[in-house]
This record gives sequence, C-alpha cells and structure tokens, in this order.
Amino acid sequence: MSAAGYRYGRDAIGTLEIRNGRVIDPASGTDRHAPVYVADGAIAAIGDAPSGWRAERMLDAAGRVVAPGLVDLAARLREPGLEHKATLESELEAAIAGGVTSLACPPDTDPPLDEPGLVEMLKHRARLINRAHVYPIGALTVALAGETLTEMGELAEAGCVAFSQADTPLVDTQVLLRAMQYAATFGHAVWLRPQDPYLARGGVAHEGEVATRLGLPAIPAMAETVALSTIFALVRDTRVHLHVCRLSTAEGVAMVAAAKREGLPVTCDVAVHHLHLCDVDIGWFDSMAHLVPPLRGTRDRAALRAGVADGTIDAVCSDHAPVDDDGKQLPFGEAEPGATGLELLLPLTLKWAQEERVDLASALARITVHAARVLRVPAGSLAVGAPADICIFDPHHAWRVTPAALRSQGRNTPFAGYELVGRTMTTIVGGQVVFEA
Amino acid sequence: MPNRNPQLNADGALTHLLTLEGLPPAVIRHILDTAVPFVGIAEREVKKVPLLRGKAVFNLFFENSTRTRTTFEIAAKRLSADVINLNIGASSTSKGETLLDTVDNLVAMDADLFVVRHAQSGAPHLIASHLIAKGRTHVHVVNAGDGRHAHPTQGLLDLYTIRHYKGDFANLTVAVVGDVLHSRVARSLIHGLTTLGTAEVRVIGPRTLLPAHVESMGVQVYEDMRLGLANCDVVVMLRLQNERMKGALLPSAGEYFKHYGLTMDKLAAAKEDVIVMHPGPMNRGVEIDSAVADGARSVILPQVTFGIAVRMAVMSILAGA
Repeated sequence: MSAAGYRYGRDAIGTLEIRNGRVIDPASGTDRHAPVYVADGAIAAIGDAPSGWRAERMLDAAGRVVAPGLVDLAARLREPGLEHKATLESELEAAIAGGVTSLACPPDTDPPLDEPGLVEMLKHRARLINRAHVYPIGALTVALAGETLTEMGELAEAGCVAFSQADTPLVDTQVLLRAMQYAATFGHAVWLRPQDPYLARGGVAHEGEVATRLGLPAIPAMAETVALSTIFALVRDTRVHLHVCRLSTAEGVAMVAAAKREGLPVTCDVAVHHLHLCDVDIGWFDSMAHLVPPLRGTRDRAALRAGVADGTIDAVCSDHAPVDDDGKQLPFGEAEPGATGLELLLPLTLKWAQEERVDLASALARITVHAARVLRVPAGSLAVGAPADICIFDPHHAWRVTPAALRSQGRNTPFAGYELVGRTMTTIVGGQVVFEA
Repeated sequence: MPNRNPQLNADGALTHLLTLEGLPPAVIRHILDTAVPFVGIAEREVKKVPLLRGKAVFNLFFENSTRTRTTFEIAAKRLSADVINLNIGASSTSKGETLLDTVDNLVAMDADLFVVRHAQSGAPHLIASHLIAKGRTHVHVVNAGDGRHAHPTQGLLDLYTIRHYKGDFANLTVAVVGDVLHSRVARSLIHGLTTLGTAEVRVIGPRTLLPAHVESMGVQVYEDMRLGLANCDVVVMLRLQNERMKGALLPSAGEYFKHYGLTMDKLAAAKEDVIVMHPGPMNRGVEIDSAVADGARSVILPQVTFGIAVRMAVMSILAGA
C-alpha cells in the first residue's frame, strides 16, 4: 500500500512538522527527542529536515510522546447490521480519540463478513468517514456456520487480511482442517479464539471459586487448552499462519510458548482487560465484567502479564465490543458479553508496563509494530517513507474513566471510575490531523 | 452498578435479602429470633398480625414454583399485607418487556416488597441495585431463589430447624448430600452454617455434581456417602432434578439411589439423634427412601412450618413499620 493512498481531501495540507516531542518508534528502536517531518502523507524525515523544508503546519509536542499510531487487532464496529449498538462513525471517532489509526474488525457482524460485497461496502464506508484504517477479518466459513468455506480469494481481494470464526465455534474438526489447508494454499492467515464448544457450553464465568460462590455456570480453563492442542496439531500438519486470539489461561500461555519453541507459525494476542482484571472483579454479578473469554483467576492474569512481557504473546488488543444499555442491564448470564475498549487500549497498556517495569518503547511495540506484523499491513512504524499514522500522547496525563465521556457509542466498561495515566492528545492519519484533545 | 453487596445499607441494616453470604452473624440470629413468636401464631384461632397492614407484596416469579410462592403468600397474608402473585415465566420477555421494565411498572403501582424468583443467578441483585440507583430505597427485594446462586429464606429456615432441634451450631457436624453443583439451597445453607460457626460442614456427592473448588466455601468434600455421614448431627438431602437423573451427569436414578440415596442402613453411620432434612419436593426412591423420609429422624414437615415463620420474620424486618 503506497503512502499516496492516504491523501485526504482538498483541504489536505502537504507538510507538517512535529516539534519538541519524544519520538518513540519501537520498530527501529528510536527513542529520542527530535522533530518529525511529514510530507505527502508519509514520514519524510526524523531529526534533520529534508532539504528545502517548509512546514505548512507545526505541532508542538513538548512533554509528549510521538509514537506510531496504534494498531488494534480486535475492534467491533458493529456494521453491518448492529447499528443499534454502534456505528462506523461513532467507533472510528473512538478509535482516533484513543490513538488507534489501524484496526482489524472481526467478522461477527449481521450478516457476517462472508461476501466480498459486504467487505467492499465496509471499506468504502470507512474511507468516506476518513478516520482510522479498517482491516476486515473475513469469515472463515459461510455465515460462520462452520460448514462451508468462504471464497477467501475474493474476500482477500476485497480487503480481508485474515480469516476467522470470531467467537463462533467451529465444531467440526474436519472442516477446521480443510479451512486451514485451503488458507495455507493461498497464504492466508487464520485467526482463531481457542475454546472447546462442548466444555464451554452454557458457561458464563471462569470455573473457579467465584463462579462456584455465585452459582454461575462455568467455563473451565480446559476449554481453552483442549482447543489449543487441537489447533496446534492441525497447524503442525498444514503449516497455516495461525493467530491465536484472546488467550486467557496460564496453561494456554505455556502451550503457545511451546508451540513457538517448536517453530510452528503461530502468533498470539490478549485482550487488554485480561491484563488487569480477574474473576473476582465480577463482584456481585457486575455484567460489565461479563467478557468473552471470561475473566479468569489471578494466576492466569499473572501468566498473561508475563507472557506479554516475554513476547510469548505478540500483541495486546482492545477487544472492543460496544454494547447498549439494554444488552447489559440484564442478569449476568443473560447480559451481552464485551467491553468498549478503543479509548482505553493505550492507558491500560501503559498501566501494565508501569506495573511490570517494562520500558515505554517495549510497551508500545505490543500495540504498534508487533500488532502490525500480525496483521501483515504497513503500519505501526515511523520509518521514513511509511504512512504518517501517528499518535501523540501525554504519558503523564491522569484522567478518570467516565463512561458518559467516552466517544464510543458503547459505554460498557468494567473500568468505570478507574484513574488511568496516559492520554492521546493528537492523532494523525495519512499526514492529516484527525483528532486533537 | 455498585460492586458491593446491595442488601445492607450504609448503616449496615438489612434492606434486601439477596444471599446469606456476607451477612453478619448478628443479622442472621436476629431473623431467627424474630421468627420464634411467629411459629406460635399458626396455632392461634386468628392467624394474623398487623405488621404489614397496608403494604403490597408482589410475588414476582419468573420461574414457576407453586410451593415456594405459596409459603411466601401465606407468610405475607399472616402479616396482613396485600399479596399480588405474578407468574411471569417466559411470557413477558416474549412480549419484549425487560426485567427492569417490569419492576419499574410494579414500583409505579406502589409495590413495597418484591419476592423474586428467577432462573438466572444474580437477577435479584440486579433488581435491588436498580432500585437503589433509582432512589427507591423504600422498596425491598427478597430473593426466593436465583439460578444456582442463592435461596436465602430456605437457608434461614434450615438454620432455624437445626437450631430448634440442636441448639448451638458450635459442636455440630452437618452433611449436605447430592446435587450441590446446581443447588442454590446448598449454597445458602453452607454460607449460613459457616457464618454461625458450625464445627464441620460436609458436602457429599459424585464429582459430576460438585462444583469446582467447593472446598473454598469452607466445606469438607466426601465422595463416599457412608464416610461422609459418619458422626453427623444433621443430614440435609438435596433434590435431584428429573432432567439430571439420566445423561452425562449420572447414568440413572437407580444407580444414584444406590450410592447417594439416604436409606436407614446408610443413616446408621450418623449419630443416633441425627435429624434428616430435605427442602422438598422429595423424590422418594431417588435421593431418599420413604422409610427415612417418614421415619422418626425426619424433620422435613416441621421445616415447612418453620419456613412460613422465617419468611414472616424476613418480610417484617424489611418492610415492617
């Protein structure tokens, strides 16, 4: 994808200079105070100005970090079909307010993203709205029903960057094998959330003391590990590029680490809320803590946090899932799972880094360049010539999470009232300033 | 939604009864003490007291239960309340009205107390939290059974029964037998017993019917019934639902009875003065043999009588003038 593809409108300015900021580009290991020069939608230079430089616009980033725009591996935009929960307009505003400039959206729309026309329409709408880049994940099977393969070639041409079942289980292991074989033939990546549908059947909370006490039907950790062992056996045979979505258990982290040691072509992500919350946070049936996969135990949370630190888990994502009040004001088990997250990805990742004593550049890598590598798209870096997708944030700005103040149409967050540090001040997409706090 | 238990107000007073978990022992004892004089009312010619005169009690049953609803109805009527029974079942959700819409409508009809049964764990918490958020602090919720979570008035009547026959809890060994996994009765009783300092609480059942980490609730786990019943003062049998008698949890009702059905023979392992309890309705020949259910050690019918007095106590504490 060329940088020229990111040129915006007639009012677009050609050159932009970002001064006085601390430039952190995890892809190149850059971490220094330097000016950033943007021209024609791309990074023109960092440090020394290009010859004959004239800035049409200047931004002062004193006291702020200039980082690549964030890359989110899972953000539900609820289009097509679920506009009562959220729209592309509302969620792409939320994305840029959170510093997210590229996002992958799972195929669990209504209808699912199983036809090229749906994908083209989504891409077209996203281009018109002119905010973050939207990378659709296509449905692996028609209607996500787990029976018939989708036209992956056509879908890829329409813009799908990978294929997935979203949260719908693929029950028939033979179909799963065929899907992997077919995807591997053409080099498509397959993304799967590992959960055995039978072991998870009816469950709404992690099998542990909390679910036992509250009488909530449980999902054992085994539901994840049994599914992972099946998936890895199939990957070993098919060599498909497999991305494990939303890892949730300590045993799962160990299995992914072993698969990587073995040399399987496997990558992995975790939802940022799983780095901070556990089943205890359900409290007295707080439906905001009803998530998929379920919040697990403290031991699992510790393993996930360590897994992100040591690289077993490649990327951290928001797993953004806006849900309306009607969907959440129900008894825990009937409430729709999910949390809004695009605006919290950055501060919650910084919180993890601060608590785990991980340096800023390494933390940002998990939500920029590493995520972009999983997506296999040209994003997440500030290399000269790269698209000028930039997140300028204040790493010391403390703010309180107030659901009503979120730009996402979904106000459903288990972090309401949390004091978080780190806030996006300016977001630049394709060289254009699209958000200013 | 507040992440604290909404059943106690800021002063620590009981405003809703949602679960026995986390209730201070003094609150539980106060309910049991309050129930004592109400047991006597049933023997009077006029079985009524005016404690809830002019108050409206709504029995809000999203899951059918003739028995529990009836005991609440009798208790409310003996307190002179106006009782309105609503068997909502699945019908209101099919009409598109949400649980909280239903509640708001009934509050607008000046309900004072809701008795709620729901198939989903936590539904009464949702209603109580909603009422608190709306500032309706004069409306009270009594949980009459939510999913697998809690059945606090059943737990209280079980505690009342045990105290009536055994006195103090400090030296007692109590066994709870059967389908603990799906049982709100078991969870409430276990919380009540541990809160009141019961010496030993045991659960007995096959692994398929015991929830994960049940020992974290402060109980000893036994898979062998005879070992589990040894030296028990109290045996509480749980009902086995029909749909669980045959399938992946258990092979058959017959095999279940062989291993976990309470017979006179197995009961011999317990103390001589053991009492046998059951929340009803019983499956004779599945979890309990008729010889035990109708025998000298059974206190199953007194439980029903005490249940009305305990429910009167709860409602009068919550909504009484």
